[in-house]
Amino acid sequence: MLKLEARPEPSRIAGWLSPLLAAAATLVVGFILFTALGKDPWVAFHAFFVKPVSTRYGVGELLLKATPLMLIAVGLAAGYRANVWNIGAEGQLTMGAIFGGGVALLLQDSTSALVLPAMMVAGVAGGMFWAAFPAWLRTRWNASEILTSLMLVYVATLTLSLLVHGAWRDPEGFNFPQSKMFGEAALLPILLAETRLNIALPIALAVVALAWLFMRRSLAGFQMRVAGLAPAAANYAGISAHRTVWLGMLIGGACAGLAGVGEVAGPIGQLLPSVSPGYGFAAIIVAFVGRLHPLGIVFASLLMSLLYLGGESAQINLAMPSAVTGLFQGTLLFFLLAADVFINYRLRFVRWSRRAAHA
Amino acid sequence: MEQLAQLIVLTLAAGTPLVYAALGELVVEKSGVLNLGVEGMMVVGAVTSFIVAATTHSPWLGVAAGIAAGTALSLIFGVLTLSLMANQVASGLALSLFGIGLSAFVGLNYVSVVIAPITPLSIPALSDLPVMGKLLFGHNPLVYLSLVLFLAIHMFLNRTRAGLIVRAVGESPQSAHAIGLPVARIRYCAVMFGGACAGLGGAYMAIAYTPMWVEGMTAGRGWIALALVVFASWKPWRILAGAYLFGGVTLAQFQAQGFGVDIPSQLLSMLPYLATIVVLAIISRDAAAVRLNAPASLGRPFHPDT
Repeated sequence: MLKLEARPEPSRIAGWLSPLLAAAATLVVGFILFTALGKDPWVAFHAFFVKPVSTRYGVGELLLKATPLMLIAVGLAAGYRANVWNIGAEGQLTMGAIFGGGVALLLQDSTSALVLPAMMVAGVAGGMFWAAFPAWLRTRWNASEILTSLMLVYVATLTLSLLVHGAWRDPEGFNFPQSKMFGEAALLPILLAETRLNIALPIALAVVALAWLFMRRSLAGFQMRVAGLAPAAANYAGISAHRTVWLGMLIGGACAGLAGVGEVAGPIGQLLPSVSPGYGFAAIIVAFVGRLHPLGIVFASLLMSLLYLGGESAQINLAMPSAVTGLFQGTLLFFLLAADVFINYRLRFVRWSRRAAHA
Repeated sequence: MEQLAQLIVLTLAAGTPLVYAALGELVVEKSGVLNLGVEGMMVVGAVTSFIVAATTHSPWLGVAAGIAAGTALSLIFGVLTLSLMANQVASGLALSLFGIGLSAFVGLNYVSVVIAPITPLSIPALSDLPVMGKLLFGHNPLVYLSLVLFLAIHMFLNRTRAGLIVRAVGESPQSAHAIGLPVARIRYCAVMFGGACAGLGGAYMAIAYTPMWVEGMTAGRGWIALALVVFASWKPWRILAGAYLFGGVTLAQFQAQGFGVDIPSQLLSMLPYLATIVVLAIISRDAAAVRLNAPASLGRPFHPDT
């Protein structure tokens, strides 16, 4: 008889092994799913995980899609470490895209090198602006940031829809709900020739490094970690709970807003009714799979990006719906949460007789 | 008068998915478990019921399938949080993300399919009575069922021994365990009941309310249901009131267009979400009252060893 027994101390090894275990288990489920759908699982695996990244362009796409994921996830992780549950990154991304895109449309004809920096500042401000509402509602009104940040995702998406259907619609766009294409100065320079990979990647990596410095080396970061691990101790030590919430939300919002600019100034190049295939939600999974650690998040974002590419490839090569991506993302997170049990508990074999004696 | 009656009928119809989902979540939370996966269970309940109704041509079989699907999904959450002591917030989020992905995947070929829906009652003579006919006899059968469910849950939580046990487990699992109550088993039952209700709410949307399948058709109602439980201070009758309030807000969109008011549809579509935020803030304002009303162990995993 197997029994879960609490460990005296959380296991660090189990903490890092668990994402690998979860990824392996997800692969097994994928194997079963492909077989059940009548596909040769090895052919399917090849189409899903190898083919998309077997070309230079494919590698560029992998890094391109990993960029917003790592950027958002590292921002969310700062909040999650402090028990600030911002799950509205998708909305903050959208608001960042609106603000940044608005600047691009305003400076449509400008060729100044300052257009892009201005867009980024605006995008960060937009994301922070949108994250400020849940923070304010939590600190001033005690309302759960989980629910308010999520509700604001819908509001942000509808705002974007309103703009591209109305005030910002391209008059020469054949009535399609889309803005004008951004000017050349408002597009992120390409990093790797013959791909769509742009300089958002090094920017995201720099932000990841900054986030590591902030959480590990700054007093505010330390205070946030304490607030997450031991709220009572944090309170006793005089760490302001309000400040923790504000910091956690604003960092997440800033990163998501920047990611939003990266999308509209990068692969999209204009404003559309939808500017993200759910990066804001996938980044939640990335943050957890990456153990809320910057380095782990970089690896996890590559894995998650591969799932996006695999879904697209499965659609083309296997005639499978690309929605399979969302299925895999959810499965991965399930297995991760399940495998995490070994961080705080261990399995013990208990003989029936002993158990009977206990009972 | 006739128009007012019609408006009330529509409001009840719009609020019913929230009634189901929020009542289910209420029981879950009363047992001390916070399941943020309501949206996922609802949307999977919707797609499953729709597929079964489309293939078997039996809407009621579809409803049963929706309930079963919601329950099955809640069981995943139960295993994670109750057997493996996983974080309830993260597990609930995972359930919602998984459910949205799963429903999009399996529902892809059913997007433009037409089914025979469950239609509102039409009792000869009675339903045709002026005003009262509509109000009393003109609703969808599933709307009546939601009211029965409300009464049953109200009685269960406040008037039965089993309801008392569920509440005891939610207030203090340690004490409940100490007097020999099987905490995990009781919580499993509550979680599965919540899943069944969410699945039923989704099924109602896909088979009676809309009736069709569109990706993400629950449009955040699962999350609104979660807010409703807080709004209701964990009291069933307030859930009913809140759900119909939100049902009315959802209707504003169609009503305004009907009256020829020229407001962009997006602004009206925002109303339910903005209303949720405002209402949540007003209700949560008094932290002490929320703490008093909320089940004391809400969201905390329980393991006998710790």
